[in-house]
Amino acid sequence: MKYIDPHIHMVSRTTDDYQRMAQAGCIAITEPAFWAGFDRSSAQGFYDYFRQLTEYEPKRAAQFGIQHFTWLCINPKEADDPGFAREVVSMIPDFLNSKEQLCGGNVLGIGEIGLNKNTKNELIILEEQIALAETFNQLVLVHTPHLEDKLKGTRLIMDALSASKIDPGRILIDHVEEHTVSEVLDRGFWAGMTLYPDTKVTPQRAADIIEMYGDERIWMNSAGDWGCSDPLAVPKARLEMRRRGHAPTTVDKVTFNNPQQFLSQSPNFLLT
Amino acid sequence: MNENWSFSDALGMNPQTKQQVVDTYFMEHRARLVDIAAYLDRVDRGQGDDPLDFRDVAFRRAVEILLDGQPQRARRVLELFSDHTSELPQSADGMKGAMGAVSLTDGGAA
Ligand SMILES: [Zn+2]
Repeated sequence: MKYIDPHIHMVSRTTDDYQRMAQAGCIAITEPAFWAGFDRSSAQGFYDYFRQLTEYEPKRAAQFGIQHFTWLCINPKEADDPGFAREVVSMIPDFLNSKEQLCGGNVLGIGEIGLNKNTKNELIILEEQIALAETFNQLVLVHTPHLEDKLKGTRLIMDALSASKIDPGRILIDHVEEHTVSEVLDRGFWAGMTLYPDTKVTPQRAADIIEMYGDERIWMNSAGDWGCSDPLAVPKARLEMRRRGHAPTTVDKVTFNNPQQFLSQSPNFLLT
Repeated sequence: MNENWSFSDALGMNPQTKQQVVDTYFMEHRARLVDIAAYLDRVDRGQGDDPLDFRDVAFRRAVEILLDGQPQRARRVLELFSDHTSELPQSADGMKGAMGAVSLTDGGAA
């Protein structure tokens, strides 16, 4: 049994976590650029972070037979200052254009972009990063706001994406819950469920959502990071689905085949 | 799937029987239910006047949804806790983090 965790922030996790994930069957992960828990003081801080994501982290993962892929962007929380955000965004094309990226680099697209507090400033930078993805023909991974801001934010984000020319089949909208998943799928996007203790979706609810909305264009991830999170959340959700009697093919579809299908739209996603 | 089908018309497929669902999950959710009961008792035992906090108001409304006999309770509870306003602030400067609910009199209530 092998699986892909398509959203996890390994820079915040220990090497032991890679080992445990490998033991649980993880063969590939994708790591979106995100907020580090504090605001960086300069664009240079992001440059170093992007190097960590594209150079260092793949080597650490490889020690355990896990392939590491990544997404670059300025996250919505630090995108509220447009001047600063633009400085960071301007560095991204170099990472997309580098020789490694043109043949076998690990950048899959722009992400996780989105909204945090649903502000006009965040929306402007979101639109500019959608345009960047369009220009460079990149996949898009979307962060949706949490708690009371999720429903409104998810709709604003989908409207911004629909105004672009990017095929919704090349966009994954993450952190969906029961009140957002149907609109995301109805509009043709892919949907991601984040399994996170306390604040997001439990393995039980993820299995419920698959039962209610089907197993097409949907995946699940741990979004493990520096907060209380569980890097083994995906294998736990697999067990939950098996316990209910879901066919192994269905379990594999949502935890391996679906992520593989979506991510393979990037020429840089090649499983070895 | 007919062409008018939308994901809002949930499939509702579940490989377990109702009896199996109860057998599998009763103990886990019995514990969570007692947690909620104890939380409401804890608010009652707190000192001072009723807080009239918008989160507390929304919480009690959400508990009513659990027993209204209608489908899609999780979705409706999440909608109840959601911001339904349409204005956008310019910046997040000085804004508090997410609180998990909104005032049902201004901005809430689906
Ligand atoms: Zn994330």
